[in-house]
Order: sequence, then structure tokens, then C-alpha cells
Amino acid sequence: MQRNAAAKAESASRARLRAERDAAGALRLVLSGHLDVDSTGALWREATLAARGAGRDALVVDASGLVYCDTAGAALLVAIEREQRAAGGSFAIEGLRDEFGQVVAMLRPSEAAATAKPAKRPSFLAGLGRSTLEVVSDLRALVSFVGELSVFTLRVLRHPGELRFRDAVTVADRAGIGAVPIVALVGFLLGLILAFQGAIPMQRFGAEIFVADLLGISMLRELGPLMAAILLTARSGSAFAAEIGTMKVNEEIDALSTMGLEPVRFLVVPRVLAAVAVVPALTVLTSAFALIGGLVVFVQLGFPPVTFANRILESVTVSDVVGGFAKALVFGVIVAAVGCLRGLQTGNGAQAVGASATSAVVSGIILIAATDGIFAVVFYVLGI
Amino acid sequence: MAERGETIIRVDELTARYGDRLIFDRLSCEVKRGEVFVILGGSGCGKSTLLKHMIGLYRPAAGHILIDGGDITSAEGEARRRLLRKIGVMYQSGALFGSMTLQENVRLPLEEFADLPDDAMDAIAASKLRLVQLEGFERFYPSEISGGMKKRAAIARAMALDPAILFLDEPSAGLDPITSAELDQTILRLARALGVTFVVVTHELPSIYTIADRVIMLDPRVHGIVATGVPQELRDHATDEWVRRFFRREAEPVAAAGGLA
Repeated sequence: MQRNAAAKAESASRARLRAERDAAGALRLVLSGHLDVDSTGALWREATLAARGAGRDALVVDASGLVYCDTAGAALLVAIEREQRAAGGSFAIEGLRDEFGQVVAMLRPSEAAATAKPAKRPSFLAGLGRSTLEVVSDLRALVSFVGELSVFTLRVLRHPGELRFRDAVTVADRAGIGAVPIVALVGFLLGLILAFQGAIPMQRFGAEIFVADLLGISMLRELGPLMAAILLTARSGSAFAAEIGTMKVNEEIDALSTMGLEPVRFLVVPRVLAAVAVVPALTVLTSAFALIGGLVVFVQLGFPPVTFANRILESVTVSDVVGGFAKALVFGVIVAAVGCLRGLQTGNGAQAVGASATSAVVSGIILIAATDGIFAVVFYVLGI
Repeated sequence: MAERGETIIRVDELTARYGDRLIFDRLSCEVKRGEVFVILGGSGCGKSTLLKHMIGLYRPAAGHILIDGGDITSAEGEARRRLLRKIGVMYQSGALFGSMTLQENVRLPLEEFADLPDDAMDAIAASKLRLVQLEGFERFYPSEISGGMKKRAAIARAMALDPAILFLDEPSAGLDPITSAELDQTILRLARALGVTFVVVTHELPSIYTIADRVIMLDPRVHGIVATGVPQELRDHATDEWVRRFFRREAEPVAAAGGLA
């Protein structure tokens, strides 16, 4: 670093600038020395400021003392020229060596570019209209995606032979079996923390035995499906989006389409079915490990494990378990469908794939939270 | 099989836009059965866009494209699938499915569309790979082979269902001259022996002289075709200055870059 800085300082000192007025009132900028990318940077501000001093007077750059000038130096000359012409004054370069002159000529903006008008900024109304159109076409894409997905899913359910079974199994393996360690860990810690935090205030009333009820109901009914779905979004929803997005960028989706293989049937249906198959299992696993975590706390509080089991069996109803399962299934569809949709919507380039993965996780989690709210209302109305 | 020389693709007054930008203004052309038809043009003139309209990936703003009599711009459902069965496409990057071996890539269209026993599909897939000199690479994944091999494997996959028309998007881009020449020979062999019609997008001059029966040249200035014909003739007799320069590989004459001011 230090050597680098020293080299820069040395090279910066190799170009010099002097401004003077000549007898005719023209401003002369005398450039001399070695004008390369380092020395030009050091001179740039000084030179452009000095050139502005010319105003409407003539500006002459005296380059006869220049021994070297690369594209950075030439860019400085062109920038000064452009500014001077814009200000309405005349401009000339004197004594520039022919080979440097050719570099400057290459960097001058072409006539076409100089006369091309910059794109007009859309007015507020046009912008509003455009974003409305975007929202509408987004919605239309969503509706047609959901429609296509439903049609193909039903078709596959009626003719299971059409399912890419091996793909579905691979996805289920990666999204399900692969998720077991993290689901177990998060579930266990969640149960442990929930039981411990719950036990502290409950102990003041001698009610710590109800830690088991708290844990059983909250995990099986609410937190189990929610945690499993969120973990699935983070692990697999993003993976679906990135995989399909990369396929889109590599023209593989186009290749599927021109082979007459609908991407939704070919890529999305196996993933959705696989996700629907694994989420309930992951939910059970999350809840089971949470209960184990809770049991650890419970035993520490001085109760025998059998009391824990009895409390759970007494407090948790069948409808809690079934409700949790129903949620898990719906969450599975949402996570997989959103991940795949974002993948299919990927634009061009590596950045677009990253954006799709992010967007899959963000919209997945938002939709899970919203759906969970809807479930809460429905369960309340149904009295479950 | 129908006769050589009859029209197999008819592009009829195709108009295409990207947003507000006009790409083609009522472009028309015809491809004859059994010929190697090359779409030429500088970078960004719409070569790939024309190709993607022909294979039904893009919907035109106006106009029609008939593939063997069927309109691919409006066909839906079963009719569209029937039209797509007639074509095979090799994409610029190959677009092989990364999670499948070469054998599985070539087998995929067979699995989906042909009613064949398992060992027959394997045999057909292997023979297609042999056709493009990839024997012995059946169990390789796309990530394990070179760029030129990927393109050849993509041709094998495009050939899986023996389509009447093969579309190749820049087959020789990014390949060394020898590999590129080998690919040209593969194309010629398939065209001559099997009577496959080729539509090729390229701007490799040596390759054009070797393979092309007929070329069209796209030019953004006219939003369409600026020249049609046999490459050698266009090189020697084109009326358009730009077309002649393209074939002779001459740079745009630069305004004398002398001193300044």
C-alpha cells in the first residue's frame, strides 16, 4: 500500500499545470510533463477550475511540454474542450504531439452522440400509468401462474404417471431430509427457551406445571407449522428461485418451452408436491423436538417426565393437531409456489438470480404470516 | 417426406417491438425445405429476436410465421405442441439441463413425446450423441465437458425427435476455429444426409461460406432485411455498401483523425 501511494505521489508530481493570460487576452493553460492516469487525477480539478476562468474568452491549451499522454490525459483535454465550448468560448490545443492528438480524437464524442437528446423523464402521470400497468401485468402473471399450476397439479393427481417422480423425490430429499438437523435444532431450542421463559413467571404462582400445556398448545397449533414453513422458505424457497432463475438465465426454460414441455408442469409441480409432502413431517419434527426441549426444563423443575406427557395429552385437543397440519399443508404450497414463480420471473444476469432468491424468501414469509392470520380468524369463527 | 425446395417456413410481414423500439417493420422471408438458411447481421440487429419469433418464444406485434403450414404465432395447446415437434433448437449457451447427464438430456424429449421402451430410448439417445461425435460421453454432466462439446450435445438433443427443422443460435460463437469447422461439417452432414432444414444465426464469415445455401442480412437501419442471396454473390456483387463491407470484413472508414483545432 505504502509503496503504491509513494508511486502515485511520484507520478502525480510528473505533470505540471500553469495558467496565464497572453497579450490577446486569451487564457493559456500550459501543461507539461507526464499525463497518465495517476497524474491526471491529481491535476483534474485544478485544470478544469482554471479552464473555467476563461469564460467567453479564448482558451488555449499549450501541450508542447507534454512528453506522455494516455487516455486519462486525453479525457481531461476533451472534458476541458467540451466545457469551454458549452460556455461559448473558443478552444484550441497547441503543440500536442500527433500520436496524442489521435487519442484525443478517438475520445471526442461523436456528432451523433452530441446531438442525441437525452431520454425524456416521464411525467408524473406517465409514471403513474406505467406503474399501474406493471402492477396489472404482475397480477395477470400471478393469476395465470396459479391457474396453470392448479390445472397441471390436478392433471398429475389424476394421471400420476405424468409426474416427474424422480425429480419430486430428489426435491423432497433435499428440502425434507436435508432440513432435519436445522429443524431439530431450532425446534429443541425453541421449546427449551419457551418453557424456561414461561416457567419463571409461572413459578411465582406455583403454576410451573402448566409449562407443559403452554408448550403443547402453542407448538402444535401455532409455532410448529410456522417455524417449519419459515425454515422451508429460507432453505428451499430460495433454492427453488435460484435454481429455476439460473435455468432461465441459461435459456434452459426457453429450451423446455420449445420442446413443448411446459415449465410449470415440468419444474413447478414436482416441487410443490414435494414441499406439500415434507412440510407436515417437518412440522411434526419441530413440535416433537420442542417438546423434548420443554421436557428438559420440566424435569429440571423437579417433575417426573410422565407428568409432562399427561399434561400434554390432557391439554392438546385433536383439533389443535389437525389445524396445525392443515396450516402446514397450505404453507407448503405457498413456499414452493412462490419460490418457483420468482424463479420463472427472473430477468437477466447473476444479480437477477440473487434478487429472485431474496424476493422468494421475503414474499414467502409475508404470505405465510398473512395466511396464518387468516387461519386464526377462520379457526376462531369455526370455534376450533 | 415432402419434397426439397418447397417452402417450409414463411415469415409474413413480421413486425416486432421491444417496448417503444421498433425491431422489425413488416419483415418477410421464406426458408426452403432442406436448405441451410443463415440469418446474418451485426451485433444487436435482431438476429436472435427473429429466431425466437420463428420458434414461437416471442409473440410478434403483427404478422404471421407459418411452420410447415401451421401458424406458430397463434397456435395454442395441442396444435402448438404439434408444431413444436417439427422443430429442434440449439441455444447460444447450449441450454443443457445441468442436473442431467448428456444421455438423459437427449432422452428427455423421447421420454415426454415418444412411446418407446426404455432400452430403445437409450439406444436412440446414444446414437444421436454418436451423430455429433460424443460417443463415450453419455454419462458426463454438462459441467464436465467443454463449450464446443456442449453445443454438439445441444444439437443432439435438438435432433432427438428427428425434427424437420433445426434452429441454431450462434453455433460457433466462442469456439476455436478447428472446433467451429468441425461443427460446420456436422451441420452439413446432417443437412445433406437427413434432409434437415437448418436455420442458423451467426456472424462467423468462414462458417457462412462453408454451410450457407442462402443468407438474409438484417439491418437495424431498415428494420428488416437489407440483402438476400448466396454469400459469395453478396460479397462480390452486393449493391449495398455496408453489406459488401460486412462480407469483406472491412472496418467503417474512419474520418481522418489528424491534429486538432
